[in-house]
Amino acid sequence: MSVHTLIDLPELTRLLRECAGEEEGVDLDGDVLDTVFMELGYDSLALLQVVGIIQRDHGIELDEDAVAEAETPRALLDVVNSAARAERIAA
Amino acid sequence: MTAQAVVTGLGVVAPNGLGTEEYWAATLAGTSGLGPVTRFDAGSYPSRIAGEVPDFVPEEHIPSRLLPQTDHMTRLALAAADWAVEDAAVDPAALDEYGMGVVTAASGGGVEYGQRELQQLWSRGKEYVSAYQSFAWFYAVNTGQISIRHKMRGPSGVLVTEQAGGLDTLGHARRHVRHGIPLVVSGGVDGALCPWGWVAQISTGRLSTADDPDRAYLPFTDQASGYVPGEGGAVLLVEDAEAAKARGAERIYGEIAGYAATFDPRPGSGRPPGLRRAVEEALADARVTAAEVDVVFADAAGVPELDRAEADALTEVFGPYGVPVTAPKTMTGRLFGGGASLDVATALLSLRDGVVPPTANVTAPADGCALDLVTGSAREAPLRTALVLARGYGGFNAAMVVRRV
Repeated sequence: MSVHTLIDLPELTRLLRECAGEEEGVDLDGDVLDTVFMELGYDSLALLQVVGIIQRDHGIELDEDAVAEAETPRALLDVVNSAARAERIAA
Repeated sequence: MTAQAVVTGLGVVAPNGLGTEEYWAATLAGTSGLGPVTRFDAGSYPSRIAGEVPDFVPEEHIPSRLLPQTDHMTRLALAAADWAVEDAAVDPAALDEYGMGVVTAASGGGVEYGQRELQQLWSRGKEYVSAYQSFAWFYAVNTGQISIRHKMRGPSGVLVTEQAGGLDTLGHARRHVRHGIPLVVSGGVDGALCPWGWVAQISTGRLSTADDPDRAYLPFTDQASGYVPGEGGAVLLVEDAEAAKARGAERIYGEIAGYAATFDPRPGSGRPPGLRRAVEEALADARVTAAEVDVVFADAAGVPELDRAEADALTEVFGPYGVPVTAPKTMTGRLFGGGASLDVATALLSLRDGVVPPTANVTAPADGCALDLVTGSAREAPLRTALVLARGYGGFNAAMVVRRV
């Protein structure tokens, strides 16, 4: 994990599994970076739960609209990691 | 002509049996599922006996996606619904999704889940409360989860009338069928075996405080000292008889022939309770006379004055010792919204096999209780018509007539 990355894909899939389970027939360990969350079996509530835990455990605040627009793991990781970088710069 | 509502599938989760046939075999044998509470430490509470569903491993029945968002009783309900659909050999994907409704009974929703999340809120803060709390503890949660799982988008709802709910929900399912909905998943599976649910039950003053599971719930006897709460219930697939025939349904357990609900007058009014009127109206609705009823599944509160009121109502309608009466819930405890649905499932199995299960642990009714109570062992008899009674705390009464077709 680079110093500029708060969480990576394996960490995100771990959180998704822990918070919202795993849809049958979906391989979360496969190439899912650009697969939309709905296809992975995760609805907005599942993401609300995951995002809530990321904010809580890392003490960061994420922009609600940006989170809502993030439809894939890559997009969500981008929202999380750029928020973390912005906070570090501000600090 | 009014559509005929028939039951084509059963799914049972009960303290004395997981799955319909396991439950039925245990019930006919008089095997009780009551025992000391193990789901939480009940040692400091005045009541310590419950009917817990044993050997239910959620991971074996529930997809992992649903585990973080479901209360224990919702998991039981989802399993029972799966079994009912399977039992009816119906393929929901092949039917019009707006022609299938879901109507269940509830008493408090996902109380155990709710307690856990409220404890997180108070002790650690809102960041520790699950997002799924938003619906997991909701009264209508079982209806919603069953509807989503089987893609049933027809008229749906939840009935909350405490222990009468298990009949009211089936009465409501019949109403939907009569309004042209071909299939309704109905019934109740309920439970709240956690401190929050426990104290809510204790506050009614009707819980048994006996510590011997075989002496704790003895309805209609001189030793009656309250009831034992349990968890579980039954999901029933209710269909329009013509629609069931059209899709080639192989088995029809019976018809929901009559149903009525009444409400007790306010305490101190001097007017009689509403149970007898519910019985009479359900019989009239089914167009059967008292003499045509072959067996009664009693509400069996286990509280002396309530037992007396029920025995009086039955004696007034059927005459002294006029009809066999049984209370298999002595083997499961009272299951809140689930109990009366389980009684209807049990009544349908009785009709199927021509045998009345016993009232467990009861040897003889109290003096002055003129009921032909089926005790000791199951009683074989040719059965065509059964009456099921249920009362909910707060004045709810319901009666349902089911008939072999």
